[in-house]
Amino acid sequence: MSQPWYRRLSDGLSKSRDRLEGQLNVLLRRGPDLDAAFWSDLEDALIGADMGVVAVTEIVERLRDSAARKALPDAQSVLAHLAEELASEFPPDVIDFLTENVTVLVVGVNGAGKTTTVGKLAKQTVDEGRSVLLGSADTYRAAAVEQLDVWAERAKVPVVKRERGADPASVAFDAMKLAAETGAELTLVDTAGRLHTSKDLMLELQKIARVAERESAVPAKILLVMDATTGQNGLAQAREFDAALSVDGIVLTKLDGTAKGGIAVAIARELGIPILRIGVGESIDDLRPFVAEEFARALLSEV
Amino acid sequence: MFQNLSDRLQAVFKNLTGKGALSEADVDAAMREIRMALLEADVNFRVVKEFVAQVRERAIGQDLSKSLTPGQMVVRIVLEEMVSLLGGTEARLVLSNRIPNVVMLVGLQGSGKTTATAKLASYLRKQGKRPLMVACDVYRPAAIDQLEALGRELDIPVYRGEGSDPVAIAKAGVKYAIAEMRDVVIVDTAGRLHVDEEMMDEAARIKAAVKPDQILMVVDAMTGQDAVNAASAFAERVQFDAVIVSKLDGDARGGAALSVKSVTGKPIMFASMGEKLDALAAFHPDRMAKRILGMGDVVSLIERAQEAADETLAADTEERLRKGEFTLDDFRTQLKQIKKMGGLGSLVQMMPGMKGTAPDVDESQLDRVDAIISSMTIAERAKPQIISGPRRARIASGAGVTVFDVNQLLKQFAQARKLMKQMQKPGSKKRGRFQLPPGMQNPF
Ligand SMILES: Nc1nc2c(ncn2[C@@H]2O[C@H](COP(=O)(O)OP(=O)(O)O)[C@@H](O)[C@H]2O)c(=O)[nH]1
Ligand SMILES: Nc1nc2c(ncn2[C@@H]2O[C@H](COP(=O)(O)OP(=O)(O)O)[C@@H](O)[C@H]2O)c(=O)[nH]1
Ligand SMILES: [Mg+2]
Ligand SMILES: [Mg+2]
Repeated sequence: MSQPWYRRLSDGLSKSRDRLEGQLNVLLRRGPDLDAAFWSDLEDALIGADMGVVAVTEIVERLRDSAARKALPDAQSVLAHLAEELASEFPPDVIDFLTENVTVLVVGVNGAGKTTTVGKLAKQTVDEGRSVLLGSADTYRAAAVEQLDVWAERAKVPVVKRERGADPASVAFDAMKLAAETGAELTLVDTAGRLHTSKDLMLELQKIARVAERESAVPAKILLVMDATTGQNGLAQAREFDAALSVDGIVLTKLDGTAKGGIAVAIARELGIPILRIGVGESIDDLRPFVAEEFARALLSEV
Repeated sequence: MFQNLSDRLQAVFKNLTGKGALSEADVDAAMREIRMALLEADVNFRVVKEFVAQVRERAIGQDLSKSLTPGQMVVRIVLEEMVSLLGGTEARLVLSNRIPNVVMLVGLQGSGKTTATAKLASYLRKQGKRPLMVACDVYRPAAIDQLEALGRELDIPVYRGEGSDPVAIAKAGVKYAIAEMRDVVIVDTAGRLHVDEEMMDEAARIKAAVKPDQILMVVDAMTGQDAVNAASAFAERVQFDAVIVSKLDGDARGGAALSVKSVTGKPIMFASMGEKLDALAAFHPDRMAKRILGMGDVVSLIERAQEAADETLAADTEERLRKGEFTLDDFRTQLKQIKKMGGLGSLVQMMPGMKGTAPDVDESQLDRVDAIISSMTIAERAKPQIISGPRRARIASGAGVTVFDVNQLLKQFAQARKLMKQMQKPGSKKRGRFQLPPGMQNPF
């Protein structure tokens, strides 16, 4: 079993370009030759990273063309070029609205890491010296409110809640009112997990979003939380949540495992939604900024 | 985005008629499609390679003189191979004579272990058992509260123990079960990453302490290529016995299930299909195989029907749908359109689990539906919910059918109406993107 690759993320940018290319080549466990085995291994590695077979086939074909034209002479240059290309799939000059005065509705499928991410974001924001308010709008799942309570306590921030089974939109309403009264700089509203295929639950979410948008004194944003182990279904998730709510940003969680999160590339390609943070563990400090170049290199690091 | 494998192969083989047998070249073209379909369904790429090689071997040289088209023939081979790889027959939870029996759940974070613990407890109680749930997740905030809340909902006891050592809690839980005369203990554990040495070791220690009769790994159906890494690590460290695939109520193809079975050899036992505590069902390899391949695809059935539909009629129906007024008259119109499209036979072939039933759905049945609806009053057609027992008897005698036939039709109509309603996805202008009613969407 390989070592959690995210560790390489942290020192990723500090590495010189030469060193990176060297590393890629070493990890390739082969020489510079662009033989058939190289291309098929590269294809496997990218598919294995959940980038999706259609995208991978297209990308590898294009690289092969370049190589045939001698534009990319060896394995090293192919991988370096690919890393750049993957990084450029992510939108440039992203505005990190999480550092602004906003209301954020945190959405996603079941078990993706929404509540944990809310806790981590609260802590991070408080550490920056800004005031935070939490809204506990998962009134459905057993003990979801208690779970967020624990995070609120850890981050030392107030939380607005109602009893289990209450209308989640009403929790959002309460939170918006209290946020306006107290002048909270960041209000994070946690919601119940829901599959994008559930029409009723998506409608409910739209209602919560409408209330948040209408009642919030500051801009309201939608943050989609996605588990990095998600396969091709991640694209359907992003599409449907985006169609229903217009998603402003993504947090990619559980990158501390061995999953590479390649589905994020597919999402960026198709929907252009920026990734704002990555989750790298279950502790309150396990949240990092997303840096496209680091991510792309990490994705290729075990090729 | 996903295309039915059946259609894909049809396209591959469209120029292939009158030949004696499938050549290597013919088969290779088909294998490319099969590979794509499996990868799009998240089957691990290594598993795909092995699988495709196996299918290829069987397909080459197959005689084409039989009644099947080349596409149908290859699809049949793929399905057979996949069903056998998925476990062939259905795996059942077998408990021993030991009292109490111990079942332990393991898996990654958020995969659905706690929910599955409660579902399993409820399932076992229905079989006459007296389950106890033991809450060993001391890490995730309020995880113990979560299991307790589910226990209260089900009225099944939960042991929460003291302290923060899951091994000690598990052990004490089993003791508690003996004292309380509970005959099955279900141990819910914390989510853990397969690369987390300490946590994997803890799982092994819980196992050693309570010696479970069955260890079940919960795998999220939406998992991608990494499923094999997690599953093989769990297999190595805790030697789980079987798998529960969770979140199958969504639209994930669930190729991870095939991957996990293939690399660990452990059978898939249950399909978890929702947040409700009764949403646990036995796992059917044949249905899963079709799901992975995108076959039995009711969506394409409906899309085909839509294309064939008379444009103005469709617009008219759509208008009323938006107002929520889909009536029995509309239903009849739709059935007539199906008839116009060349009968139900070919369409029924596309529906999951209906292959064998095709001959039964004949034209006379459509005529019967016509007759039943004709003997309804206008009010009854518009508002079927008013059709009471006596009304049903009247309609039956008017149409020359039995009350059973009338009930059957009303049930079908209710399903169709639900389906139609769900086609009206808000905010989506695309046609044909909608959620199927539970029974059709989840062939489990
Ligand atoms: N390893 C790891 N686990 C995470 C991460 N984020 C969340 N989790 C875990 O995933 C599970 C589900 O998280 P939760 O926040 O409750 O998900 P929600 O259902 O979307 O609110 C919990 O066990 C969390 O501890 C992460 O970045 N890494
Ligand atoms: N839609 C759906 N949600 C599920 C299913 N099983 C569990 N969940 C949800 O997934 C989330 C995580 O489940 P939980 O049992 O807490 O996972 P655990 O962290 O593995 O114990 C919760 O929101 C559950 O309600 C399922 O089969 N379908
Ligand atoms: Mg939550
Ligand atoms: Mg749990």
